[in-house]
Amino acid sequence: MIGNWPLLTIITFLPMIGVMFLLMIRGEDDLVARNARHVALWVSGFTFVVSLALVLNFDPQAPGYQFEERGDWLPGAGISYHLGVDGISMPFILLSTLLSPLAILASWKAITVRVREYMIAFLVLETMMIGMFASLDMLMFYLFFEGVLIPMFIIIGVWGGARRVYAAFKFFLYTLLGSVLMLVCMLAMYIDAGTTDIPMLTSYGFAADMQTWLFLGFLASFAVKVPMWPVHTWLPDAHVEAPTAGSMILAGVLLKMGGYGFIRFSLPMFPLASEFFAPLIFALSIIAIVYTSLVALAQSDMKKLIAYSSVAHMGFVTIGIFTLTEQGVAGAMFQMISHGLVSAALFFCVGVVYDRLHTRDIGAYGGVAAVMPRYAVFFMFMMLASVGLPGTSGFVGEMLVLVGAWKASSWVALFTATGLVLGATYMLWLYRRVMFGKVVSAEVEAMERINRREVLIFAPLTVLVLWFGIYPASLLDVMASSIQIILDSAAAGGAIVIAGR
Amino acid sequence: MFEFQMADIMPALPEIFLAGICLILVLVAAYGGETARNARRVTRIAMGGILITLALVVNGDPSMSRAFGGMFSADSFAIYMKVLVLIGTFAALGMSLRSDGDSDINKPEYSLLVLLALVGMMLMISADNLMALYMGVELQSLPLYVVAAMRTNSLRSSEAGLKYFLLGALSSGMLLYGASLVYGVAGTTDFAGIAEAISGRDLPTVFIIGMVFMISGLAFKVSAAPFHMWTPDVYEGSPTLVTALFAIAPKVAAISILLRLTYGAFGSIADQWQQVLIALSVASMVIGALGAIMQTDIKRMMAYSSIAHMGYALAGLAAGTVAGATGVMIYMTGYVFMGAGTFAIILLMRRDGAEATRIADLKGLSRTHPLLALGLLVMMFSMAGIPPLAGFFGKWYVFLATVEAGLVPLAVIGVVMSVIGAFYYLRIIRLMYFEDTDSPLDPKIPMANRVVLGASLAVILLFFAGLGGLLAAADSAAVALIVFG
Repeated sequence: MIGNWPLLTIITFLPMIGVMFLLMIRGEDDLVARNARHVALWVSGFTFVVSLALVLNFDPQAPGYQFEERGDWLPGAGISYHLGVDGISMPFILLSTLLSPLAILASWKAITVRVREYMIAFLVLETMMIGMFASLDMLMFYLFFEGVLIPMFIIIGVWGGARRVYAAFKFFLYTLLGSVLMLVCMLAMYIDAGTTDIPMLTSYGFAADMQTWLFLGFLASFAVKVPMWPVHTWLPDAHVEAPTAGSMILAGVLLKMGGYGFIRFSLPMFPLASEFFAPLIFALSIIAIVYTSLVALAQSDMKKLIAYSSVAHMGFVTIGIFTLTEQGVAGAMFQMISHGLVSAALFFCVGVVYDRLHTRDIGAYGGVAAVMPRYAVFFMFMMLASVGLPGTSGFVGEMLVLVGAWKASSWVALFTATGLVLGATYMLWLYRRVMFGKVVSAEVEAMERINRREVLIFAPLTVLVLWFGIYPASLLDVMASSIQIILDSAAAGGAIVIAGR
Repeated sequence: MFEFQMADIMPALPEIFLAGICLILVLVAAYGGETARNARRVTRIAMGGILITLALVVNGDPSMSRAFGGMFSADSFAIYMKVLVLIGTFAALGMSLRSDGDSDINKPEYSLLVLLALVGMMLMISADNLMALYMGVELQSLPLYVVAAMRTNSLRSSEAGLKYFLLGALSSGMLLYGASLVYGVAGTTDFAGIAEAISGRDLPTVFIIGMVFMISGLAFKVSAAPFHMWTPDVYEGSPTLVTALFAIAPKVAAISILLRLTYGAFGSIADQWQQVLIALSVASMVIGALGAIMQTDIKRMMAYSSIAHMGYALAGLAAGTVAGATGVMIYMTGYVFMGAGTFAIILLMRRDGAEATRIADLKGLSRTHPLLALGLLVMMFSMAGIPPLAGFFGKWYVFLATVEAGLVPLAVIGVVMSVIGAFYYLRIIRLMYFEDTDSPLDPKIPMANRVVLGASLAVILLFFAGLGGLLAAADSAAVALIVFG
């Protein structure tokens, strides 16, 4: 039916068609703003619908990449236009196409100035995100990976909060510095292997001493993106200053680029180095989990608290990946998808009350549950998912990571588990302070209940979090064979290099 | 020594044609009167001449490329670089067409001088002999000294012209002195002859000294640190139209001749000049990145930015391989269009008719001139080397060559400096987008600037699509460059 359609190309560049439309809109400011919102929503919504075709036609049993497209780009140079997905990238593409329309919906009322530019930035961002996950060529991957910085810089800088300039610069320069070191490593890989094709690089087998350097270069980039301690400091600033929708995408998708990179590049291409550096990653991740959880406890800004909790949750992801076990990697993947849904919803929770009271200070709230009961239910559900309550998607990811960690080292598992306790502490405390108790002020008393648009944003996220929590196999089955291939090729690659010495 | 034959001058036809146009323009300029109308007429003729020259260059046959007994070479490398220079000069002249407010530039001799310099640049690109090299360099430099000082009632402009002249003369002296030493040892002025004479023999120190002198003299022309001192002052002091020209065309010519000299004449002793170029490259990247941060005038900032860009180009040169030459060519291609596009906007920075070139004058541009701001945003991200724009691919191919040549530390320094460089490009975007203004720039956008900006934007945004063809052209050009493997 859709066999011959270049489905991935269509999904990747559909948002750009929306950009064309947006550039052509003419007329009065109000009219332009209204049209821009609708165009962006419809285009990104349509992109989501098209991307569902990926799910429907995806064969979880088939090994290797699906929906592959290959075109000449730089003939003879080993660089081609190569797209394709496997069980690892496909869920991320869906996550991107789902969160994009929700983010646009979330900024429906919140963004009132330069709406057209805002929507252009979001659609460009969507193309970059999808393209990055769909790329099977390293150079293309880098183009999209870095290209994300442009719209995100603008989104934070133009529509952000008071310290937006500082946050935008910090975000951009931090990420760029990490990425250029990865770029040098990519050049070295290209020269060594003569191609930038990811499947070919995966089976290439880099020399052991080279792997060490390549791993460190890629780590510099992905560690900033994830972010890992101690290069996480850009994240709280970026989150606090970004508009709500920017935070949703940032936490929901952009943070996953680091974890995805580890799974796509570091594990299969530098297996020896991955094993060698695993203890370092464990140490950094454990520090991240414990330290940022404690920092989160001390926050008085809701967004900052959730931002720090993101760092802690991503610590689980990196631990899971570098356990190099099936459970660990599957858990990391699951945790990333789950965190993508939950953190986007949590940032939207903050956005909902911020739109009404224009403060994120926890002290300004109290007794919100009495005023906004439906909102309280959604917030509680997402809060519990973030804590990892069984029955929500958060539980499955953390559980699997812990199983993997236990296989790697019981100490790692022990310290990782403290994160669960601390996570519960700061999230429950946050919820108690904001939601329960007496209604603190007349302003809080006057807050409106959530409207249909807001419910429309919460609903799909809630359903998915619940669905993946109750029936995790629906996601795990999609990923299983791809993860197995990655781990096998990592083991085989290590063996090839050792045998060759 | 050699008989004059018609076939012998055919490869130089574009230059001869352009020189002829220059001579005609001398008459037009002299007899047409010192009016703005005549100035426009001269400019139009000059632009027409450039277009025809472009056609002649593109139609040149690179297999029968040598003229004047091997002094002049119109190989595929020359064709590639000349196209860039011609496009750059065409854009710069085109934007001068509307300069009604700028009576200093509105003189007939302006376009004439630019055209003469263009002949010099083309000669530089094709020079395959020390004599031709020097003639090209001088023919390029002398008219440019004059146009730098064109604004006669401005102290800054006169200072710029004088400074440019003095330091330029010094560098020409160094170049000439170095050339004489090289000639003394090699016994020939022919590049291929030099390459043959020096290969496989113990070279006296005086030859190395001569070579370093020559490279230093040319480093001045490309404004590589530590020979960059003139650049910020000249960029700032010159009329903006002249700055635009400086930023685009002469750099390409100077890089070309540096490539031809090092890869051709000194090709067999790459290990000797490589370290010089690495030092120049690192110094330029560092000084360009750090120096730009403190600037308040956008023309000065662009000067430092161009120093940094030359540092990247030199990094590719330092690789000393075919890939290095290819990288430099791709880099310069992006550079020409980024420069043209950026200056198309800088030229519009006027308030109430007067030039307003402080960086702070860009405040709130995204509200007052949304399209200009978007254009400058793309240019700045491209200059910072952010994919998928043209600047990124230049850096990719330059650093590909350096890593391939084993110069990994140079590549690492380069990419780290590009992050520092990104800071000041982002600062421009911050002013345009994150801040507001109550004193907007003049709303008028002349047609020429629109066309230049639009064309540059198209090239930079779609660079990735045309990269395959560009790469093939640059590759074959780079192969033509290497006389001696």
